[in-house]
This record gives sequence, C-alpha cells and structure tokens, in this order.
Amino acid sequence: MATAKTVPVSRTQPQTLMAMGIFLGLFLLMGCFFASIALGVADIGLGEILQALTAPDGSTEHLIIRTVRVPRTITALLVGAAVAVAGAIMQGLTRNPLADPGILGINAGAALAVVTAVFWFDAASLNVYAGFALLGAAAAAVTVYGLGSLGRGGLTPLNLTIAGAALTALVSSLTTGILILSQRTLDEIRFWLAGSVAGRDMELVVQVIPYLAVGLALGLAMGKQLTTLSLGEAVAQGLGQNTVWVKTFAAISVVLLAGGSVAVAGPIGFIGLIVPHIVRFWAGADYRWILPYSALAGAMLLLLADIAARLLIQPQELPVGIVTPLLGAPFFIYLTRSQVKR
Amino acid sequence: MPVSTNASVKPTGQPTGQRTGPSQWLVLRTPKLSLKFDRRVPRVLLGLALVTVAAMVWSIGQGEYPVPPLDVVRTILGLPTGNPDYAFIVNTLRLPRTLLAWGVGMALAIAGALTQGITRNPLAAPGIIGVNAGAGLAAVSLIVAFPAVPIAVLPLAAFGGALTVAMLIYLLAWKGGSSPVRLILVGVGFSLITGALTNLMVTFGNIYDVSQALVWLAGSVYGRSWAQAWAFTPWLVGFGMLALFRSRELNALQLGDDLARSLGSRLERQRGWLLLCSVALAGAAVATAGNISFVGLMAPHIARKLVGSSNEGLLPAAALTGGMVVVLADLCGRLLFAPIELPCGIITAIIGAPYFLYLLIRTRRV
Repeated sequence: MATAKTVPVSRTQPQTLMAMGIFLGLFLLMGCFFASIALGVADIGLGEILQALTAPDGSTEHLIIRTVRVPRTITALLVGAAVAVAGAIMQGLTRNPLADPGILGINAGAALAVVTAVFWFDAASLNVYAGFALLGAAAAAVTVYGLGSLGRGGLTPLNLTIAGAALTALVSSLTTGILILSQRTLDEIRFWLAGSVAGRDMELVVQVIPYLAVGLALGLAMGKQLTTLSLGEAVAQGLGQNTVWVKTFAAISVVLLAGGSVAVAGPIGFIGLIVPHIVRFWAGADYRWILPYSALAGAMLLLLADIAARLLIQPQELPVGIVTPLLGAPFFIYLTRSQVKR
Repeated sequence: MPVSTNASVKPTGQPTGQRTGPSQWLVLRTPKLSLKFDRRVPRVLLGLALVTVAAMVWSIGQGEYPVPPLDVVRTILGLPTGNPDYAFIVNTLRLPRTLLAWGVGMALAIAGALTQGITRNPLAAPGIIGVNAGAGLAAVSLIVAFPAVPIAVLPLAAFGGALTVAMLIYLLAWKGGSSPVRLILVGVGFSLITGALTNLMVTFGNIYDVSQALVWLAGSVYGRSWAQAWAFTPWLVGFGMLALFRSRELNALQLGDDLARSLGSRLERQRGWLLLCSVALAGAAVATAGNISFVGLMAPHIARKLVGSSNEGLLPAAALTGGMVVVLADLCGRLLFAPIELPCGIITAIIGAPYFLYLLIRTRRV
C-alpha cells in the first residue's frame, strides 16, 4: 500500500532518558490535574482541595470540588489518555498517518446512535446518551471490521481503511440528514456533538472506567507487537508474529478506549489523530514508548484544553472538543514544519 | 503500476486511437502529447455516460410538475411537445441544476484523484488540502455571523476561503521544497483548526441560521441557475483538461519522489501544477454546491476498480463516476422524502458507500 510513512525521524533517545521523560510527564500531569480542580469560575486553593478529597466538611466549596470539578477532571484525564492511545494503535495498525479511531467509524456510529435516540425517543440526559453512544460505537466498529475482512486479501490495512472511510461517510450523512430534518434534535444535541466533559457526574464516570481501564491496559501491553506490525504485515509474519491475534486485540482495545470515550465525552476528534504524531517527534517509531507518551500527552492536552474551555469566555463555556484543536493544531503545524525533513 | 513498461506504439502524426496488437493499452498520440489508456476505458466511459444521461432525463422529469421522459428529451432538443410550459420548466428550472450536479461531481472526482495521486495516500480527498475546510468556514461564518449579507456573495466567499486555506497550507508545508508527508500533516492541522471554528459557529449560532448552514455544509444544488452553471464551466473544462494533459506526470509522481525525479519529472513544478488543478476544481465545486462529501474520496477508488490505476484513463473514468453519483444523489434526494428535499451531499454517501463496499467485496474473487 502506497501510504506515507509517518515516522519523520529514526533517532532513538537512550532508554533511561525515555523513562525519565515518563516520570517528568507524570509530574506535569499531576500539576494539570490539580490545576483543573482548582481553576474555574471560583478559584480554589490547593490546601482546600486536599482537605475536600480526604476529609470533606460539607461546605459549598467542598461540594463543588467533589461533585463537579473532580468528576470532570477525571473524565478529561481518562478520555484524553484513552483517545490518544486509541489513535496511536490505529495508526500503527493501518500504517496510515491519517488514521484515527474515527476510521473504525466509532465516533460516527456513536453520533448517529445518540442523534437517533434524541430524534425518536426524546432521550435527554448525558447518562442515556452514554449507553446509546457505546452501542453505536461498537456496532460501527464491528461492521467496519466485518466489511474490511471481506475485501480481497482479507483484513489488510487498506481494506480496513477503505471500509471504515466508506461507512463513516455513510453514517455521518445519515446523522446530518436527521439534523437537517429536525431542528429540535440539532438544537438539543449540538453541544454534545462538539465534544465536552462539562457536567459529567461521578456515576457516569464510574460506569465507563472499566472499559477505559481494560482498553488502556490491553493497549499499553501491546507496544512490542505493534512496533513489529507497523513494519508491515509480511515482515511481522516473517518475524513469527501471529498478526491475526495482534490485530484482533488491538481492535478490541481501540473499541473499548474510543467507545468508552465517546460515550462519556462525545466525539472528540483531534487528540487521537494528532497526539501520536506529536509524541513521535520525541519517542521515535517504537510503540513501547509511543503508547505511554501518547497517554500522558493526550491526558495533559485535554486537561489544559478543558481549563481553557471554561476560563476563556466566562461565565459561558466552550465545548472542549472545539478548544483542543485551536490549542494543539498550531503547535502541531510548527512541529511538522520543523521536524519532517522528507 | 503500469507506467513506462509499455513497449508498443509507433509514433504517428495524427491524433488517433490505436489498438496496439495484444497490448492492454490504447494510445492517443499527437506531436506534443501522448496519452495511454487502458483498453477498458472506452467501454466504461460509455456505460457511465449512458447511466448518467438516463438519470438526468429521469431527474428532469420529476418534481411538483412532472414531465414525461420523452417530452424532456424533445424539449431539450427544441422539438415541439404540445405543452408550452415544458420549455420553461425543463430548460430554465431543471436542466441547469442537473447539469451543474454532473459538473460538480466531475470536478470533485478529478480533484480527489489528483490529491490521492499527489499525496500517495488512498485516504486523501480534496479536503486534505484545506479546500472544504476553508470554504466551509467562510460560508458558515457568513451564514451564521452575518445573516444579512445577500446569498449571491456566498459562492465568492466560499471560493475565497478555499483558495486562502489551500495556499496557506502549501506555503506552510513548503520548506526548500514540498513534500507529500508535510503537505498531509499541515493540511490535517489546518482542517482541524478551521473545522473547530466552523463547529464553534454551529454550536453557538442562532438555530435557524445553523440549520441553513448545515444544508450548505452538506452540499446541495437546489435552485441553481444557468448563470451559476456558466460561471462554473470554465473552471471545470480548463483545469480538467490541464489535469488530463498532466496525468502522465501524475503516474510518475505516484512512484515516489526519487523515482519520479530519475524518470525525468520536474518534480516541484509538476506537483505544483497538479495541486493547482486540484484546488481550483474542488474550490469551484465547493463554491457552487457546498461541501458534497464522499465523491472526491470514493469516485477515484471506484474508477480504479473499473479501469485500473493508470491516470490517463483513471481521471476521465473518475470524473464520469463522480458526475453520475452526484446526479443520482440529487435525484434520490428529491424523491425520497418528497416534497421535503434532502441535500444531495447527504445522499452521495448513502448511495455511494454501499456500492463502494460492494466493489470492495466483489473484487475479492477476481
């Protein structure tokens, strides 16, 4: 398949440096985590936060922290990490720099399911949306996989990509069709469709944590296999890899990660596509490093974007799905210009 | 990839279509130009054209005031039909719309084939060079933020937006030379930024304006007139022909930069010309009919299944495929929920995608 290779540089950093980078990343992530809890319409001090988390006294501030800020922050953290890892896996799996979880039709399927639910059943709460989104995401991914494996040569990256692109186009057209026919649905759902982590309660977060945790564990464990597979299927088979199993597990991981994410936060497109590219500029072509760095960078980016989303036009809020590309894409373009030599 | 391996052909002075023995190719040769077509090309083109014409006649006949197919043909040819209203309905109202649908489909498909060739990526669509994103942002901003502006300004704004973003992408991806990878990645970055801004308008705009904007974003040829059709034609013909004449260079480019250079292609210049064709075609199409999705992405794939991947044959086949898809989509969009009309950009994917998936599955056994 005549795809461009994504990896712009083949340099590898020394392993110790890479490991130290992970620790540094964790510290930064902690900083973002507390900043996300502290900053908002009412700023809250660090001491107050720690007290609210360990020994809540029932004051308004503690209530805000425990029921609003913490669920929201955890959502942003998990979704950012999950979507970024899912994107990295998809790019490794299809060896296409334009691939992201969206290629499996996951976001489009979730959007169609939720829009249909609002249109027909007047579904009206985030938690109901979540169920439909998960169903839609899974159905779309299974369909794309099934169709892709029917093509010539079985489940090749090209077949998967093409089946995914076709199904995504089909499904999003249906979504747009409903939105054009029903202005009420459009009005009700447009904020969700932009992608946001605002107003998520702990109950919802707890519901999706198992999906995301299993997906993350599975994905992060497959770094070695993905590195081999990203060299090309023939090479991977030649090196003794059972590519069918690797592809299956990778797909399961992506569905769990991206499906869980879209269920809780709506379709957030940017991170899955861009974060793996940004990470590659530092971590090279080795998925054992790309995956954990993607998780860290994705989580950090979404946390920062979410902070910006609620501070930029106070007291209004922007959907974080809109802020993320505005923050991240200029940086990405700069990196592309300075790093891609070919 | 059948590029320079063809040993056939003796040069002739005339532009003739020659069968060259047992070869798989048909060669068209003039002193300045030689184009080599796959032998399946004429048959496929004829088939596509016939389906398209049939769909057009059917489409023109449909509507609030139905016209029988035979009378449609007679009216277009200027023959008497015994009903004085037909001339106005067919020639003034419905014919330009259908022809424009066809033209827009062709332009999008050629632009898609060019972008896929230039970037060597099967997922590339004209959108990758920012055309749709730029046009979409310009048009949606106009509809949502300045609803008072007359509708006639819309195509101009969209075209301007398309060209501006495409140019920015090309310039930012340029660094002592262009590169397909940089072009793709910078294009992705820009599409995401403009997409986010468009989304911002959609999320916070007045709901009535947003609904209008969605119809434009979906792509529609509703109510297009001869004036718009004539304004669009020079772009399609001019840049379409230019693309066809350069299709041989595209074959070389697809082999990779180094190989193309060693085959004697003036790489940057050729890539620049081809990109310009792609941007102009897609930009004119988007400005005329909005963001009709899927055609630019899938028409080249469908055509490749039909006539192989040599670009001389691929470009016309893709063009006719794209034209056919949009004409059919426009027809379906008007019939499905009549009297409510769905924009044809929604239908393109709904009818195009299953056919495409069918092709994907069918070729397994070939």
